[in-house]
Amino acid sequence: MKEKLEQIKAEALRQIEASDALEKLNEVKVNYLGKKGELTAVLKSMKDVAPEDRPKVGQLVNETRAEIEKVLELSVKKMERAVREAKLKTEVIDVTLPSKKNKMGHRHPNTIALEEVERIFVGMGYEVVEGPEVEKDYYNFEALNIPADHPAKDEQDTFYITGDILLRTQTSSTQVHEMEKGKLPIRMIAPGRVFRSDEVDATHSPSFHQIEGLVIDKHITFADLKGTLAEFAMELFGENTKVKFRPHHFPFTEPSAEMDVSCFKCGGKGCRFCKGEGWIEILGCGMVHPHVLEMSGIDPEEYTGFAFGVGLERIALLKYEIDDMRLLYENDIRFLKQF
Amino acid sequence: MNTALSWIKAYVPELTCTDQEYMDAMTLSGTKVEGYARLDKNLEKIVVGQIKKIEKHPDADKLIVCQVDIGNEVIQIVTGAPNVKEGDKVPVVLDGGKVAGGHDGGPLPDDGISIKAGKLRGVPSNGMMCSIEELGSDRNFYPEAPEMGIYIFGDDVQVGADAVEELGLRDTVFEYEVTSNRVDCYSVIGIAREAAATFRKPFVLPEVTVKGNDEKVEDYVSVEVQDQELCPRYCARVCKNIKIAPSPKWMQRRLAASGIRPINNLVDITNYVMEEYGQPMHAFDLDTIAGHKIIVRRAKDGDVFRTLDGQDRNLDSDVLMICDAEKEVGIAGIMGGENSMITDSVTTVLFEAATFNGANIRKSAKRVGLRTDASGKFEKGLDPYNAEAAINRACQLIEELGCGEVVGGMVDVHGEMKEKVVLPFEPERYNSLLGTDVSEQEMLDIFKMIEVDYDAEKRTLTVPTFRQDILRQCDIAEEVARFYGYDKIPTTLPNGEATTGKLPFKLRIEQKARDIAEYCGFSQGMCYSFESPKVFDKLLLAADDPARQAITIANPLGEDFSIMRTVPLHGMLTSLATNYNRRNKDVRLYELGNIYLPKALPLTELPEERMQFTLGMYGDCDFFDMKGVVEEFFESAGMHKKVVYDPQAGRNYLHPGRQANIEYEGTLVGYLGEVHPEVCDNYDLKTRAYVAVLDIPSILPYATFDRKYEGIAKYPAVLRDISMVVPKTVMAGQIEAVIAQRGGKILEDYQLFDIYEGDQIKEGFKSMAYSITFRAKDRTLEEADVTSAMKKILNGLKGMGIELRS
Repeated sequence: MKEKLEQIKAEALRQIEASDALEKLNEVKVNYLGKKGELTAVLKSMKDVAPEDRPKVGQLVNETRAEIEKVLELSVKKMERAVREAKLKTEVIDVTLPSKKNKMGHRHPNTIALEEVERIFVGMGYEVVEGPEVEKDYYNFEALNIPADHPAKDEQDTFYITGDILLRTQTSSTQVHEMEKGKLPIRMIAPGRVFRSDEVDATHSPSFHQIEGLVIDKHITFADLKGTLAEFAMELFGENTKVKFRPHHFPFTEPSAEMDVSCFKCGGKGCRFCKGEGWIEILGCGMVHPHVLEMSGIDPEEYTGFAFGVGLERIALLKYEIDDMRLLYENDIRFLKQF
Repeated sequence: MNTALSWIKAYVPELTCTDQEYMDAMTLSGTKVEGYARLDKNLEKIVVGQIKKIEKHPDADKLIVCQVDIGNEVIQIVTGAPNVKEGDKVPVVLDGGKVAGGHDGGPLPDDGISIKAGKLRGVPSNGMMCSIEELGSDRNFYPEAPEMGIYIFGDDVQVGADAVEELGLRDTVFEYEVTSNRVDCYSVIGIAREAAATFRKPFVLPEVTVKGNDEKVEDYVSVEVQDQELCPRYCARVCKNIKIAPSPKWMQRRLAASGIRPINNLVDITNYVMEEYGQPMHAFDLDTIAGHKIIVRRAKDGDVFRTLDGQDRNLDSDVLMICDAEKEVGIAGIMGGENSMITDSVTTVLFEAATFNGANIRKSAKRVGLRTDASGKFEKGLDPYNAEAAINRACQLIEELGCGEVVGGMVDVHGEMKEKVVLPFEPERYNSLLGTDVSEQEMLDIFKMIEVDYDAEKRTLTVPTFRQDILRQCDIAEEVARFYGYDKIPTTLPNGEATTGKLPFKLRIEQKARDIAEYCGFSQGMCYSFESPKVFDKLLLAADDPARQAITIANPLGEDFSIMRTVPLHGMLTSLATNYNRRNKDVRLYELGNIYLPKALPLTELPEERMQFTLGMYGDCDFFDMKGVVEEFFESAGMHKKVVYDPQAGRNYLHPGRQANIEYEGTLVGYLGEVHPEVCDNYDLKTRAYVAVLDIPSILPYATFDRKYEGIAKYPAVLRDISMVVPKTVMAGQIEAVIAQRGGKILEDYQLFDIYEGDQIKEGFKSMAYSITFRAKDRTLEEADVTSAMKKILNGLKGMGIELRS
């Protein structure tokens, strides 16, 4: 009996060895281990074995079966791996062929710049607010310390609708609306469209965008203004950006300043981009004029504040190196696609 | 304002710095320098030479050979200049030197022109004699230079001296941007005072002394100011025995550097004083002044007046005039009249130095259509105290230059002179506004330099009258900041009560709109808010369409920009057409911008500004692509209810059979459609285009960022397909309304999966097939539930003339 089992095993292993396809291995399985297989036949012939030898023979049969199963399983796995590998070899693709993309649209460079600015200031605790584009003279001028015959009124070529209603020339008008609400402290930015009667050319547009900023609280200082805007510049133009504040004049702030940032192209060494100066003028700012606070019902003895105004187009043009402002309003897809 | 540095240095004699240092320091202290130009740029190795001998060129008729003494040697120069003679002293550029330009006075080359020794028609020439144009200037500024040929010096210059220096070109002209509040800095003295304070060097004002003769000015002229409000001060002096001649070179050079052409001593003196003191002056020929009387009064409506430039000007009663006993002789602060103009035969001059109401001058200049250097200064509102100083300075120069004899005394008509501003000295206040720690002493040092007087006893500050910008403590704080240095102020962050950064809901929805539009392939455009009234016709709006009620701009840039848009389509269609005509394929654009709807016209209150989300596209797309974008947006804005599309939108600019109003919960929130082919034609857009407009304010009440999890279905769904033959007039929306209404609570979803018109379907009908999904949340549906729901649906459909297909 033992020899017979040895024989069966040797034959099975030989057949396994000789198999070159999964089906053949399956045949071996059926032929030796299946219900009608040879090992089953041996078990069936147990009745011919002496009862005292049966457990021993049974054990022998099981061992043989286990060995065949083990080898068979290994072979199946090996064969399956080979088959998969062969298949993978046939499935090679040219990965450099063109991609399939959902054709996404593109944001306007102005908006990209605006969202950057909003992100920075919202992070610093500012609320984004809006004000009307068609505005009362009072909010655009008078409440900002620009009375009726002030020369600054001429400087900003204003579009008028009636004697009293105009297209706002600056987002600063939103400051006044916000202050009039009487909720202090204020930390706000007000982005929006403004209008001035400039003919269209590479650097002018009768309609453009500004972002106004206003902070009003107790003990706000010029140093706070410098610190806040320096932070803003570094966040917007890169952490190595330096800022320079120059005295300037705006009717609604005192002291006032213009802020330059170190040229982000050359780092301040001077290049064609910054016209050799190393600095680029970026915004106007200052401490809110006490009379402006008074007019809006805020006590300048108790509260101080700072304000600033940034030209959105200016930032977009500089940051994305756009050389002609007209491109921003033509909406040529070949332009927009680059953002 | 342009001024030579040498002129500034005349009042700040200890000032020493490079041009760049000067520019940087002045800019940082608040006098912005826009740029500077060295007058000796590209002028190298140029000396004064004297022509000793002139001989004819042996081989050229038009050339001469000169022996020129340049101090240490005599060199030979060949020239074609027609104007030189032996003994002339001329500028000579030596071998290896440079000149700034060519003799024709064209644009100056960046690197100048190098001069080398060479031969002209075989004769050696070791340099070049220069014309004023070659030296980078012109006859406007050097009127003594000949029209053609070499510049010839006066006899007093040294042979061998630096010719550039002799011409006053060793100098730098700085261009300043003066802010409108600093009227005092529209003058050389004002800028010099700032320079002195910036560099902390002594400031030396010119010493003004007028001798005057023994006569009394009152015997020559009287002045009557009828409108003191418009003319706070009028000073007049008289000079007689006027001898018109060129002004001295130093004066000419300073004027030239400021961009003012020298004319003669009298004109130059008034211009010089205007530059120096910032006070415009006017000179009348006293013999033309009737009754030797000056009257300052308003013009009469309808008056016509000829200014000294020969133009007739229309006047009205808001324009202030200078008159004599009989007639108008000048428009106050703007320009004198032809009838009292100074000519070379003048013998007695009446000088006027006055101050006028700035706002009135500005308006008058606009109304009369004449803006002059003088009016530009007057309109800023000049310091009345300065008028007296200026007129005396002019008279002093008349005497010093031997231009005439000054009559004693000054006629001075003025109202009450403004008192000086006095403010308490509050150093802590300045420091707490600036966030600095500037010492009291340093502040006082600064005040001293800018002539703000400190009274130690009263602890008060008195502001000089020329500083009309200093009215309050914050203005004082600015002075401290400017001269302490903006760069030295620390940088800190506000440390008050914490606030929450916020983007309001409307802006978040707009952001969502941008995200979705871009996800769907639309790029963001921006269009103008104002457009042409012709737009309404281009869009085929009916004559009585309310959208024609647009706000008109009173002073537009032109008709094309004259009304505020009431419909957002013009910009979109224009942009699409631009792209189409530039052969850009498959363009999808969106815009977020306001339309402006007046409540009444003409405007009495602010209009309504409504944010419009406008989408437009052409190319590989159709109506349903656009509809898909609208629905993507609604879903992402949390609007999950059924959107209703009403084909009866009645919009003329859209295809009559391909348009719909978009309704959400019964509210009109927008519209979409194919652009009417005639409108496309009007925009030169030769393709089908689709637009959608969503009115953001109408959407906001329904939009939300709240989301709720409803669970994933636990029980199986039951699907039923129905196939129908539908009359063509019945729309999918109607069928869906029936399904939605009659499907009951267990209706989960329905989808149109097939639609067909054609051969197999009878005339006037179409075939449609829907797949309907039923599901209950709490149990497995029984066959009976579904059958009953389906029965209701089918009954409803039958009522619409729909046949079920087997």
